[in-house]
Amino acid sequence: MKEAEYIVTDELQMAIDAALTLGRPLLVKGEPGTGKTQLAIEIAQRLKAPLYQWHIKSTTRAQNGLYEYDAVSRLRDSQLGDKKVHDIGNYIVPGVLWDAFECDERSVVLIDEIDKADIEFPNDLLQELDRMSFDVHETRTTVAAKHRPLVIITSNNEKELPDAFLRRCFFHYIAFPDSSTMQRIVHAHYPDIKKDLLSAALSVFFDLREVPGLKKKPSTSELLDWLKLLIADDLSPQMLGAEEPRTILPKMHGALLKNEQDIHLFERLIFLHKQRKR
Amino acid sequence: MLLDFFYRLRAEGLPVSTGEYLSLLDGMSQNLGVYDLNHFYSFSRLCLIKDESLYDQFDQAFQNYWAGKEKLFDDTLKSIPDEWLKLKDPSSLSAEQKAMVEALGGWDKLMQTLEERLAEQTDRHQGGSKWIGTGGTSPFGHGGYNPEGVRIGGESKHRSAVKVWEQRRFKDLDGNQELGTRNFKMALRKLRRLARDGKPDTLDMENTIRSTANNAGMLDIKMRAERRNSVKVLLLLDIGGSMDYHSAICETLFSAVRAEFKHLEHLYFHNFIYEKLWRNNNRRHTDTVSLNELMRTYNSSYKLILVGDATMSPYEIAMPGGSVEHWNEEAGSVWFNRLLTAFPNCVWLNPENPDYWARTQSIQMTHQLMQGRMHCLNVDGIQQAIDTLKTPISHTVQGTASI
Repeated sequence: MKEAEYIVTDELQMAIDAALTLGRPLLVKGEPGTGKTQLAIEIAQRLKAPLYQWHIKSTTRAQNGLYEYDAVSRLRDSQLGDKKVHDIGNYIVPGVLWDAFECDERSVVLIDEIDKADIEFPNDLLQELDRMSFDVHETRTTVAAKHRPLVIITSNNEKELPDAFLRRCFFHYIAFPDSSTMQRIVHAHYPDIKKDLLSAALSVFFDLREVPGLKKKPSTSELLDWLKLLIADDLSPQMLGAEEPRTILPKMHGALLKNEQDIHLFERLIFLHKQRKR
Repeated sequence: MLLDFFYRLRAEGLPVSTGEYLSLLDGMSQNLGVYDLNHFYSFSRLCLIKDESLYDQFDQAFQNYWAGKEKLFDDTLKSIPDEWLKLKDPSSLSAEQKAMVEALGGWDKLMQTLEERLAEQTDRHQGGSKWIGTGGTSPFGHGGYNPEGVRIGGESKHRSAVKVWEQRRFKDLDGNQELGTRNFKMALRKLRRLARDGKPDTLDMENTIRSTANNAGMLDIKMRAERRNSVKVLLLLDIGGSMDYHSAICETLFSAVRAEFKHLEHLYFHNFIYEKLWRNNNRRHTDTVSLNELMRTYNSSYKLILVGDATMSPYEIAMPGGSVEHWNEEAGSVWFNRLLTAFPNCVWLNPENPDYWARTQSIQMTHQLMQGRMHCLNVDGIQQAIDTLKTPISHTVQGTASI
């Protein structure tokens, strides 16, 4: 399958241009499933630049992205009398940012889900992202970026980011796409989808997002998964029940509602609707 | 002009800094966001605003500032009756007319003229080329054609006056309770305790050297776990009833706590602790958690923070069946002591003014049960509470409640 086109809004386009021109990191937030991570991959492809991905976990520290000193190997080598042991440089393992700084052309760095890390993590990266260089204490050298990479940072808002860090970034919030943008997105992924099926599916989808009290609203990526299933099964639009919203559980709802409580809630709503009609 | 705008944003309470302003200028000197006001809007928001919950506030500030100077804007919105601006038939204009209006002068001049017109005009007006109304060639009002036109309310037909900030798309995201949390966060940060636990995965260099030396030069590697913030917090919040008066400060505390601690569990109770609590206040009657289960699930390393005004009838604490919501077999104080035994590092935060504590019997009783570990819910109180949390409550002198 051909790689689907990524739909960029004007504002996002402007954000990317600005980050490229001024060499500032771009912080991207938005509901889960609005394509934050995909954005960096897409930019790298369009710029034909190498992409360095750094996925953050709760245990990740800033130092991991710069370099690590492999003391254990060095100790082992010293026991074995290896010649390598005299040069500490042999035991410095470069991290993602180091690789990106050393790159011979402008690269794209993705720092994915920065909010997963410890509270101190963003603060520890301030200088490095500002100057795009850092010192290696062990060898007393400085690693500076040959070309300022485009840094894309994504966050799911699980933790607040420190002010000092935010001031150094550009910030873009990917709003949930309106229905016309959504149609463009779907078209980019499934160009052959039948018009009536798409409009029925979109109306079910947006209606579902309006249901109050859902724990996890379905997002773009879930819509795309769901459409894939609908197309695969070649369902007719009538079977989705778009004409009478909230009267039946949509087909293949498992792709949209991923939470047992949400499904229960929805079933209860259907029940209420049916009672009211009676 | 731009500096004015910057100060205006600050005056509106948006946290914009000098550095961000400079980067805005830097970008504009490189032709970013200078084509039209829409571009400028996107670019300035990108540079200056770092939180989507402030987008709506920014939209409004932007609107206020750029829709002419603020006095004019206010007067305009207040003084233009809606029906002046309601669209009738759109008039079609000839090319010459379009060329004519092209030459009406710059933004400032337009705004100035608009102000003068507003002062002169008193009737509804449609068509024509001078007065404010709809469907004409006057640059004010909407639905007409003028490349430099200002739109006041209503739908735009010519793209040049589409103001995205006017739509206030981010209204829903405006959660103002974040503004006051910083002080709380700084206070809570003191509770942070970096501890080494978990898998020993980093080399303890000093220890390795020492033990290697002890080992007569034979390598003896010592590993240790990494330092992590290991504080775990169990937050129990009183909700409903008399707590409604304190909801603002409780929200502030809650959002600060949530930002500060990774291991945070929160549950709700009403007035006092009984055999069950609930996780979600909307489903308080269906989605309950028994206190026994809570004490089994979380171990004593959790720090217990209770938030409530402890203002109720004394019977609700001391007597079986005293609860206002259900029949409780055992008195609240019995359950409460069990809870304190399970989580000895505990503290009660009370939003009520401490001056009144002595006058309310139930607060006094709770104070006794807590062995004095009750603090006021403000920044100082939280700091004291953090100190209190560091020592466990004594079990030998278990507090009793009597009426």
